[in-house]
Amino acid sequence: MTLDELNIGQLARIQQVLDSPFKEKLQEMGCVPGVLIQPIFKAPFGDPIAYDIEGYTLSIRKSEAKNITVKPLDDLFKT
Amino acid sequence: MSNSKHLKIVLAGNPNCGKSSLFNKLTGLNQKITNVPGTTIENKLGVIKVNNTAINLVDTPGTYSFNPKSLDEEEAVKIFFETPKPDIILYIADSANLKRNLFYFSQLARKGIPMILVLNMLDVATFKGVEIDKERLEKELGIRVFKINGRTGEGVDEVKKTLDEDQFVPHFDFGEDHTNSHEQVYTSINQLLQKTTVQKTKRELVSNKIDKIATHPILGYMLFLGVLFLIFQSVFMLAEYPMNWIETGFSYFSEFLNGVMIDGWFKRLIINGLIAGVAGVVVFVPQIAILFFFMSLLEDTGYMARVSFIMDKMLRGLGLSGKSVVPLLSGAACAIPAIMSTRNIENWKDRLITIMVTPLMSCSARLPVYTLLISMAIPNTMVAGVFNLQALVLLAMYVLGTVAALIAAIGFKWIIKHDIPSYFIMELPIYHTPRWKNIWMTCWQKSLSFVKEAGKVILIVSVILWFLASYGPKPNKSFSLQEADNLEVSYAGKFGKVIEPTIKPIGFNWKIGIALITSFAAREVFVGTMSTIYSIDDEENFDQIRNKMKKDTLATGEPVYSIGVVLSLMIFYAFAMQCVSTLAVVYKETKSLKWPIIQFIYMTLLAYTGSFIVFNLFS
Repeated sequence: MTLDELNIGQLARIQQVLDSPFKEKLQEMGCVPGVLIQPIFKAPFGDPIAYDIEGYTLSIRKSEAKNITVKPLDDLFKT
Repeated sequence: MSNSKHLKIVLAGNPNCGKSSLFNKLTGLNQKITNVPGTTIENKLGVIKVNNTAINLVDTPGTYSFNPKSLDEEEAVKIFFETPKPDIILYIADSANLKRNLFYFSQLARKGIPMILVLNMLDVATFKGVEIDKERLEKELGIRVFKINGRTGEGVDEVKKTLDEDQFVPHFDFGEDHTNSHEQVYTSINQLLQKTTVQKTKRELVSNKIDKIATHPILGYMLFLGVLFLIFQSVFMLAEYPMNWIETGFSYFSEFLNGVMIDGWFKRLIINGLIAGVAGVVVFVPQIAILFFFMSLLEDTGYMARVSFIMDKMLRGLGLSGKSVVPLLSGAACAIPAIMSTRNIENWKDRLITIMVTPLMSCSARLPVYTLLISMAIPNTMVAGVFNLQALVLLAMYVLGTVAALIAAIGFKWIIKHDIPSYFIMELPIYHTPRWKNIWMTCWQKSLSFVKEAGKVILIVSVILWFLASYGPKPNKSFSLQEADNLEVSYAGKFGKVIEPTIKPIGFNWKIGIALITSFAAREVFVGTMSTIYSIDDEENFDQIRNKMKKDTLATGEPVYSIGVVLSLMIFYAFAMQCVSTLAVVYKETKSLKWPIIQFIYMTLLAYTGSFIVFNLFS
């Protein structure tokens, strides 16, 4: 599952940041595997999306969020 | 450290960590902007004295890492590679956001330069349930750590007092750092924070509640439009008074010089060339200062980031990005500072397109031109009982400029080839109450940079144009000059006649041709030139200029300034690139002659075509 597919409020853990020209930027902003991330609100038209990560708010476009794979926390309990 | 040395201390940190507040508190008003050699980017330098040690305090733009993504960030990190190296790095961190803030810290910690860590925004951290053990952090990092409140200034004195003492190089091991090991760095930061912070339950921030409205699909845009309306309303209403004072001041000064100086070319150069040129720059400062006051207010409170957030999707389709909002809005005051504010756009293509289209936004120099022309051609009547027709046409000119800028952006999106995709990975900082001192500082510094950038060019151009308008070739002897009795026989008049065949299809005669040439200093010079052509002493008297222009007739007895000609002129001034200062800034910012030349050509073509269509439609 990728980051852009999460519903608002759905808490997830980052699994992997895929290769892209902005991978480094994402990492610098705190998007590294193991970190908890939660979409908190969307811009009109659903893009970009604001995420709560490490206690601050980060705005990422959908196309960029596709490069981050996540595992929702509720899934952890199901398996 | 020895007392005789000049210490170089560099402030560093992420954006939005309160760095500027601390810098302003430490230096007071003892700061100046220095141009970094070879670039157009500016560093802030403050000189302070602590226990008889002179300290050069350098403020750098906020950045997230040592690998710069934008021009702003490039500047921030350059100073750490210079020799002599900084003596101390004063690192400011947002305590509510410590993990990400320590990432850049970890990169600086490897430089072997003594560091001081200053924890700011503890109130927000406490609100979020984060408690930081300062002593433990000092022990782990091996450096001094301070807690301050950048807003009230609490704790700043303690930091300042110790600046001349020996500081330490951090000894905490953040692991190796290269692009693929950012994870490892974050793991070690996590370990550090586990030892030094306690996370309690957090409450919902007011910030999140405001965002529910500010980013709402309907309310969000309504709020933004409302804010825009308020800003422009205040820009026009408030700026009117100081602009009048400035104009009166300069005209008194000219009169005074007129009385005391000896007649001759030198007197005319000073009064009609230099002083008129300076006045032309200074008169726009109030509008620009007020607009920048509001812009920095919106940025400081954190609202501007939300505007970028809600506008990103729309602007992306046009080849721009959410970050283009600030330059485009600033363009409504003046394209020069607007173009300089594109430096925080990381993607070269996004930035270039923003630079190319910003001059189409209706800047304040076009306003006097529009005002004169509208008063000539548009009747002062009411539409639907409530709207003034002249005001509506003026509004339409602003809309026209904005629409043209957006359409031009689409064009450039297709033309400019660039492989690196643009991205919009941006922090939405929490809302702050305004930090007035920072806002005044930004406002002052931006206005000053306008006066410097525009001033240099306009001054030179006005002197040249003064010469062209005052002198002409002697009859029969083309290589010697003489003072021209009137504009018609001056060099400017000759030029006007030379270009007349070219501008005839869009309805302009040689008199307008002269105005087009003189407008290269700044567009509003049009009004002054018209008053000179029609020999009116008082440049400010719109009624006189208007009446004389209205009475000017063609050989056929028809008026020169028909509705077609006036509308054609308005379109021309809306689209044409008539500002040498802007071209100079575009050259500086793109570091190539190619882009200002393309900009000049495309805008002139747009203006010519637009005027041609309008002129033929209305006559």
